[in-house]
Amino acid sequence: MIEEKSILSILVDNEPGVLSRIVGLFSGRGYNIESLCVAETIDPHVSRITIATMANLPVVEQIKKQLNKLVNVIKVHELTGTKYIERELALIKVKAKPEHRAEILRIVDIFRCKVVDVGLDHYTIEITGDEDKLSAILNLLKPIGIKEVAKTGIIAVSREPKNY
Amino acid sequence: MKYTGAQILMKVLQDEGVDLIFGYPGAAVIDIYDELARTDIRHITVRHEQAAVHAADGYARASGKVGVCLVTSGPGATNTVTGIASAYMDSIPVVVISGQVPTHLIGNDAFQEVDIVGITRPCTKHNYLIKQTEDLARIVREAFYIARSGRPGPVLIDIPKDVAKKTVSYGVQKEVKIRSYNPTYNPHMKQLQKVIHLIKSAERPVIFAGGGVILSKSSRELTEFARKTRIPVTTSLMGLGAFPGTDPLWLGMIGMHGTYRANKSTSGCDLLIAIGTRFDDRVTGKTDAFASQANIVHIDIDPTSIRKNIGVTIPIVGDCKITLNHLNRLVDEADLGDIPKKREKWLRQIEEWKSTQQLAYEQGNVIKPQYVIEKLYELTRGEAIITTEVGQSQMWTAQYYHFDKPDHFITSGGLGCMGFGLPAAIGAQIACPDKLVVDVAGDGSIQMNIQEMATAVEYGLAVKIVILNNGYLGMVRQWQELFYEKRYAYTKIGHMPDFIKLAEAYGAAGLRATKPEEVISVLSEGLSIPKPVMMEFLVDPEECVYPMVPAGAPISEMLLV
Repeated sequence: MIEEKSILSILVDNEPGVLSRIVGLFSGRGYNIESLCVAETIDPHVSRITIATMANLPVVEQIKKQLNKLVNVIKVHELTGTKYIERELALIKVKAKPEHRAEILRIVDIFRCKVVDVGLDHYTIEITGDEDKLSAILNLLKPIGIKEVAKTGIIAVSREPKNY
Repeated sequence: MKYTGAQILMKVLQDEGVDLIFGYPGAAVIDIYDELARTDIRHITVRHEQAAVHAADGYARASGKVGVCLVTSGPGATNTVTGIASAYMDSIPVVVISGQVPTHLIGNDAFQEVDIVGITRPCTKHNYLIKQTEDLARIVREAFYIARSGRPGPVLIDIPKDVAKKTVSYGVQKEVKIRSYNPTYNPHMKQLQKVIHLIKSAERPVIFAGGGVILSKSSRELTEFARKTRIPVTTSLMGLGAFPGTDPLWLGMIGMHGTYRANKSTSGCDLLIAIGTRFDDRVTGKTDAFASQANIVHIDIDPTSIRKNIGVTIPIVGDCKITLNHLNRLVDEADLGDIPKKREKWLRQIEEWKSTQQLAYEQGNVIKPQYVIEKLYELTRGEAIITTEVGQSQMWTAQYYHFDKPDHFITSGGLGCMGFGLPAAIGAQIACPDKLVVDVAGDGSIQMNIQEMATAVEYGLAVKIVILNNGYLGMVRQWQELFYEKRYAYTKIGHMPDFIKLAEAYGAAGLRATKPEEVISVLSEGLSIPKPVMMEFLVDPEECVYPMVPAGAPISEMLLV
């Protein structure tokens, strides 16, 4: 069966050890985590965890059920297959030799991102977008020379009026 | 009113109906023990914390109540892990209270400190570290609620020493409500209607029941359902006793050491109604070949059990008892007419399988282990509560002791935990003081928690231990014989204690049978002695458990005697 990417938005009790329960579930049962983001929601007692995972359909179903079984999990919502907005932020430190600087700035301009730090021989670019946009700019910058990349992992919200 | 954490703990335990704790004192729980001794809660001091959890497990299964353990921090807590894991796999409601170092020392590698909440996270239904005495009452009540509701399971509560000592006010408690924990008890009625349709059209139906039927106390409902629809019944190891083992519709146990007819009929059925089971690999064998021509109905309270291992036609999330009650009503309303009569061809086929391949052994000059179990069954008239250790002795018990009633077979099914039977027997004996409780053990597994003989003697618990002594770790030896060309790597037990002297040293009685003709006399004498008794039977060292499905093979492909 084909493995596909699924994005799960999980509301959990904002308590110590809850993240460990979720991560332990994934590692203990051999599920994959592509990326994971966690932060408090507008309700200080609740956190939202966004997990991107690669799995086939029955496994995704099982992951959702196993997550729901955890006492501290309030709600699990699979965004894949629904309407949702997905974003990821990356900080890309790219080599900036004098002969490449104009090219880098052109790319930054095309992608509507920005240079947030400049050194003697590097620029640091901040970019926000979905996975495709981030991998496109990384592909373009690779030949110029990427020194370091830090990515936040995917966060996402549903476009439906209902709250999850 | 103001109370210490330890005092509040006692109040909540009593509110929860706890009148018995299995435990072992230590520095981190002195304050709790100090309060415990002032209450009328009975405390059984075991000889090892692992045994405390197994005993609480056995007590929970025999009594239907939540089993409770109290242990100290560090090694006291880590010793409970095996017991907790076993209770978790078998869905047994147990609450384990562990002491912890004072909160200001947590994370400092303090003396007898261990992160037991971290360690037990994957093998508890839920666990808690109580950081403030103010939270203690709520957490303990939640723990009991979680342990006994939905699919039951063990819950651990870690209480730092200062939390037990601190004084806070304590008043009337609110009802437990956890917004993120709401088990589904009521099944979807539309799904049940579909089941009735399938029952009407099926020609070769089979019911497969698991431990969930026993946990939800629905064996009567199951029996009614099966008899009304004339559908034959098999169960998993954990389900033994959920359906009378002497009923004509009984197929025997399914799976790796299941009966020929149970495995054949499950493989050939066109409708499988699975109730309260999780399709363990020891049940299914090769999953692709399992009930491959059948529509499968799966009823379970835990959604994760459904479609985890086996594809299902009709998934039903719900409590077994409630669901079976609905099904029985729907069957009555549907008026099956002569449909049950149409089963006769199928039942004849099963009868043929039964007569061609029965469970069998030949009793010659050496005692056969199966013979001991058969005689045990006859002498106890099937009325005893049987606990087991793990391995061949466990399987022969499952095959030859025909359990008619639920809650009479107490075994570590999922974890397969050697050392389980004796402490579990102690727990069951306390729950049912008037019952005969027998632990069926091998010479290997009895030695894993044999120290609990002292507990049994101290508290006057007249548990009976049947040791099938074959001088080997028998089940592993059997695998080595069948699949590793008889290379018996380290499965021969080199030195055996004298079990008779050992029993006597503990203050129990010991009896031994070396010849077949001594079996009945040793059993009848041993079972009638009103104190703990070890009965050792020197059995055929190389006897195997048959039928056997090799791991990973379809269950229709059995090695027979």
